[in-house]
Amino acid sequence: MATSTIELAKSWLCEGRSALQVDDLFFRYRTTSEQARTWALEQVSFQVAAGEILGIVGPNGSGKSSLLKVLARLVSSHRGTILLGGQSLQQLSQHDIAQIVAVVPQEYVQVFPFTVAETVLMGRFPHRTPRFWSIGFGDDTEKDLICAHQAMIETDVLSLADRLMSDLSGGERQRVVIARALAQEPKILLLDEPTAFLDINHQIEICSLISRLRAERRLTVVLVSHDLNVASQYCDRVLMLKEGRLYRIGSPVETIRPDVLRMVYGCEVVVDAHPQTGRPRVTMPVGIGSAE
Amino acid sequence: MNPVTQVPPPPTHVESASIEHPALTTDTAHLLSQWMKTGSILTLHRWLLVIGGLIVASVVVLVVCLEFGATPVEIRTVVGAILSLLQREHIDADGLGTPGVIMVQIRLPRVLMGFLVGASLAGIGVTLQALLRNPLADPYVLGVSSGAALGVSLAMLLGIGTGFALLPTLPLFGFLGGLLSLVLIYRLAQSQGRLPVHSLLLAGVILNAILTALIMFITTIMDPNRSAGLMAWLMGSLTAPSYPALGVFVLYVAVVLAILMHKAQMLNVMTLGEDIARSLGIETEWVKKQLFVLTALLTGAVVSVSGMIGFVGMVIPHVVRMLVGSDHRLLFPASALVGGMFLVVSDTIARTLLAPSEIPVGIVTALAGGPFFLYLLLCRKDRMN
Repeated sequence: MATSTIELAKSWLCEGRSALQVDDLFFRYRTTSEQARTWALEQVSFQVAAGEILGIVGPNGSGKSSLLKVLARLVSSHRGTILLGGQSLQQLSQHDIAQIVAVVPQEYVQVFPFTVAETVLMGRFPHRTPRFWSIGFGDDTEKDLICAHQAMIETDVLSLADRLMSDLSGGERQRVVIARALAQEPKILLLDEPTAFLDINHQIEICSLISRLRAERRLTVVLVSHDLNVASQYCDRVLMLKEGRLYRIGSPVETIRPDVLRMVYGCEVVVDAHPQTGRPRVTMPVGIGSAE
Repeated sequence: MNPVTQVPPPPTHVESASIEHPALTTDTAHLLSQWMKTGSILTLHRWLLVIGGLIVASVVVLVVCLEFGATPVEIRTVVGAILSLLQREHIDADGLGTPGVIMVQIRLPRVLMGFLVGASLAGIGVTLQALLRNPLADPYVLGVSSGAALGVSLAMLLGIGTGFALLPTLPLFGFLGGLLSLVLIYRLAQSQGRLPVHSLLLAGVILNAILTALIMFITTIMDPNRSAGLMAWLMGSLTAPSYPALGVFVLYVAVVLAILMHKAQMLNVMTLGEDIARSLGIETEWVKKQLFVLTALLTGAVVSVSGMIGFVGMVIPHVVRMLVGSDHRLLFPASALVGGMFLVVSDTIARTLLAPSEIPVGIVTALAGGPFFLYLLLCRKDRMN
């Protein structure tokens, strides 16, 4: 074996070819309850080009988060093929995947009082080589510190290094979680609702951070959002899910349209152009009972 | 509903996509020294300082506690006895005198055993807390100890292994009982991939009640002469083991604790939740199974020699975490050392308070730990409101 699968995947991604290829994907959760018998994802096929930002949108329960979890193999037992850097996801170990894909989960619950610096350094876990005699004390190498330091500068959390995670505000915590993902040195970043529960200023901050990271680190980004405007303004392409099926994928102009949204969400919305970017902007219509 | 599949746009950056790191070597050294000062991260320096200090403290505690007991023995005699023991080629009881015999045959093995039991209980506590992402997890509270105790009582009822000579059979039954209840409680408390704090504790309480009832049932159908001994053991008590038995126990506990400590980094990541642990490259299902088996092995061994000693596994890691931080590379060994010291001191109190009669050490630890547990529970409630 001259080159391992993981090396092939990494070099594939460096060449800037399609980062993710999903073909005829089926997935359902392994539970015994009746309602869970249905597929969470059905017949989903799409590609993600290297360096693009893909937004996944859809109504609640349409399978957005499930799709993200399947892509990082946080849940297994899917049917169909997923190619990560040209290599089948099945052939890569969890450890291999972690060297390429980083995940920023929707909620980040930290039970124990770790400091910000400790949290970010945990992102180095997939790159640590376990030494038998280190009795668990795998000392942080200089490379680990450099990567953590760099990630903390990029997300502007270096000044928080010695603070406890529990003492941070929502926006700060989200930046630290992104720093942890960056310390992982991923090629692909998956984010689940990165702006949920954040104030407008932090929403802007996180979104512009993601755009900047894509440019600076040449990251491929897949983000799930319930906020259609976030998807429209910050994503190159938008993937729409409806009841576990891919309804439409394309540029924001092609997807964020009143007729498409009516079909997917089953409601009327107002879509006009954003005054600065010209991209579609979604607002609630004046309905019965609303103040005029 | 045909999905419009579109060819993705050409990538914007085709040239080399590797990230160039600016040369940060000197900066990193500076940063490291800064982080060392503020305690932001665990460094080897801090690790050695804390662990070294705790080892010294442990030795002091062990020696001082040797002095206390029903028959007071002076510390100088203690040291003299140990030194003379080391100088001799073979140990003979006559050369030591009565204090020496008490020391070498009874008190020393008991104190060492107490230290190991305490260290193991704290180690189990740290591991369970990380695994279940719950700072209130404790083998006693969750019913893991009861499971192990049921296994051991069953072995005693069936007459398999009645003494230390057959050490492996009792821990084996303890291990099986502990593992069974651990897996059961995990299944009971888990819902949709999550482990809610309160449902875990509730499941533990219920399981504990059922298992205790079963143990009580066993004691009632048992020969009354033997059931009295069983009851004393159940309340958590230490006895002086024979040296071969102590040797086996040392080896067993040391191996399991070393393996657990080897997984300290993994425990750190596991505390972030299963999804994040998986995204950081951990095969969580496999790691969980390993940790379940290791903690059950340790619980089985500890329960078979000392019965149900509660709250050491919860209180000690909690206090140590407040003092040294959450990084398991330091938290695990530090908790083990502090747990060992705590149990030796508790046992000394149990031995001396009502001398010449003894209180089961489990009562001492429960009286010290129970109120602390309630205090923590109240603190959590405050924070949630």
